Amino acid sequence: MPRLLTKTRLTAFALSFALVFALLFPVTGRADSKIRIMTATTDLASLAQEIGGDKVDVESVARGYQDPHFVDPKPSFLLKLSKAELLIVVGLELEIGWLPPLITQSSNPRIQVGAPGYLDASRFAKILEIPTGQVTRAEGDVHPLGNPHYWLDPDNGLRIAKGIQNKLSEMRPNDAAYFAQRYDAFEQRLKQSDQQWLAQMKPYAGRKVVTYHRSWPNFAEHFGLNVVGYVEPRPGIPPSPQHTVELIGLMKRDGVKIIIVEPYFDLKTPNSIARETGGQVVVLMPSVGGEKEITDYFKLFDYDIAKLKKAFDETH
Amino acid sequence: MKRFAAPSVLLLFSSVAHAQDASVKRDVSPASTEDARMKALEDQVRTLAGEVALLRSELKELRETKSPEPSSGPQVLLAAAHPEPGMLPSSPASAAAQVAQTQTFGGASGNAKLLNPDISLIGDFIGTAGHNNVAPERSLEMHESEVGLQAIIDPYARADAFISFGETGVNVEEAYATFTSLPGGLLLKVGKKRADFGKVNTIHNHALPFIDRPLVTNNLVGGEDGIDDAGFFLSRFLPAPKNWFLEGSAELLRGDSADVFQASRRQDVSVVGHLRAYRDLSESTNLDLGLSYARGHNNLGSNFLTNLYSGDATLRWKPLRRAIYNSFLFRTELFWSARDQLSAAVPNLFQTEHAFGMYSSAEYRVNRRWTIGGRFDRSGHATDARLTDTGFSGILTYWPSEFSQIRGQYRFGHLATGPSDFSNANEILFQFLFVMGAHGAHPF
Repeated sequence: MPRLLTKTRLTAFALSFALVFALLFPVTGRADSKIRIMTATTDLASLAQEIGGDKVDVESVARGYQDPHFVDPKPSFLLKLSKAELLIVVGLELEIGWLPPLITQSSNPRIQVGAPGYLDASRFAKILEIPTGQVTRAEGDVHPLGNPHYWLDPDNGLRIAKGIQNKLSEMRPNDAAYFAQRYDAFEQRLKQSDQQWLAQMKPYAGRKVVTYHRSWPNFAEHFGLNVVGYVEPRPGIPPSPQHTVELIGLMKRDGVKIIIVEPYFDLKTPNSIARETGGQVVVLMPSVGGEKEITDYFKLFDYDIAKLKKAFDETH
Repeated sequence: MKRFAAPSVLLLFSSVAHAQDASVKRDVSPASTEDARMKALEDQVRTLAGEVALLRSELKELRETKSPEPSSGPQVLLAAAHPEPGMLPSSPASAAAQVAQTQTFGGASGNAKLLNPDISLIGDFIGTAGHNNVAPERSLEMHESEVGLQAIIDPYARADAFISFGETGVNVEEAYATFTSLPGGLLLKVGKKRADFGKVNTIHNHALPFIDRPLVTNNLVGGEDGIDDAGFFLSRFLPAPKNWFLEGSAELLRGDSADVFQASRRQDVSVVGHLRAYRDLSESTNLDLGLSYARGHNNLGSNFLTNLYSGDATLRWKPLRRAIYNSFLFRTELFWSARDQLSAAVPNLFQTEHAFGMYSSAEYRVNRRWTIGGRFDRSGHATDARLTDTGFSGILTYWPSEFSQIRGQYRFGHLATGPSDFSNANEILFQFLFVMGAHGAHPF
């Protein structure tokens, strides 16, 4: 006798699934009053921690030594995102390759795009390199909305922190004074530190440098560096022999000695360029956590500026 | 079907109601103390004052750069330093435009796309050379042009549609809405979609690590489109031991999926269940396991069922610091098919044909542009398990950029034409893939 899939059996099957999902496993409730924050990158996590203090639990999806354009949307992040009350993203399509499916699959209505728990930090920051005219991928992996590496300017760090303060105050009005006080303290410390960083970098104002990827326009603008070329022929396109030769020519002609490289890029081409030009490769960290000692937003600039200063002095 | 329609509609309404409730609750936040409010107001005034000062300075800079002799201060120099050498603005007017653009405060994201969905097209051109008597393919074909439309519908849902244009026909590969605001942590997709049955069934052609699909897909799971049907797709995270991620899916489909399921009557719906377990073994290594079940009626009629079972295992390695240069993936999928049919040997004898198939594949990213891979195939035929095909492939992939891909594949097949008759196939396949527009990321 053939086995028949009767209506009754089917209904029972479907209902049992629905019951198992909806009833037997209730959603985990909020056990404590801390605001659970997930951020796309470690820099945003550090800023959120500065403002949130002990009223928040913050964790970042990407690690500081990871290329933020290419992060695997692992299911292990889904569990954390499903419990988050606030998601802070870099925006400007930096995370377009990995964050959207994580947000959708998290089944968390609080952090969906446009929901109160979704905060795009680029809304508050000064954005550079917004393309004008026609944008095509002949220019490589361009970001049509502007350069997303904007957190590498302390002024933007302050602006983002302000945005986070306002958001946290909106979420926990009773703690608004606490967040305001944390922001004031952060602003004071950051401005003091920035004065020191600017003073350290002042002797090198206007120095020409080459960078691997276009990660440093905000950093360069704030600290007075002049980025004259890139190891990548176009953003996201690996170095080509012809472009490397042209770049070596440009560096020799302009006396450029510093090649800034992010920790996730291969050093082979930058090293050979340095050999040809008598220059130096400097691996700067674009994010908090890039090295163990870079534990917060302040130490990020401490580290990068110390390394840059040393390299400028050695190649002078 | 009415029985299913009623709970589904209820579920949808409850999701919307739930989301709206939540927003209402958020609006009626508890009143803060007078001091906190004053402080917040002061902060707002301070922020506004800062922004006004900033706008003034921008205006000043704009005026300066528009003057006949643009100042060569560091600000203008730095802003102009970002374009490629040789692409510097040639006139003061264009220099002004450049500076104006660099001074925007996060304002770009609002206007660029308006309300259009993300639109993409992925072209998939395949060429085949060599010898194959069993399943010969065309020498050159524009195999597929997949148009993707993706957008957020409203605060409670998003939608994704992938329309696949072949050289002669059009197929809605997927078109579904995802409801993200359901209560109970449920995620519901409604529409037509590749079912969560194993791994390779869920992957679009252009995202596969090989040019063709494994033999087992063709022999047991309905061919290139696989189990791809209209219906409801419900999933939820399940409680799991520490460091494990568990997800369950239950799917109710119309019952028409290529060659594998066919609905002769409205009641002939098919169901798919999937359980996924995932664990990070370390920061760079992870293990992904899955069990799947699918049940539906086959092309012989309402009295003939096909039951499919599958187990999959994937091991991935990708060091975070070198993620764009090196990675490794090993995957095995096993499939069992139990298909009701009439015996070929004895007339009118009902029988259930049990067939087994599997593939194992590995790929290693050698550097930023090159990947090598291989695949082993073995599969019985769903209608006659005595016929077993075996094959292996070697694959080499080159990426000029993230948006194009050139791939070559050598494929050997030891293909069954009878219980003890085989035909060997030796083929070279090559593929050019190109991406236009903004194609959304695929699930991991």
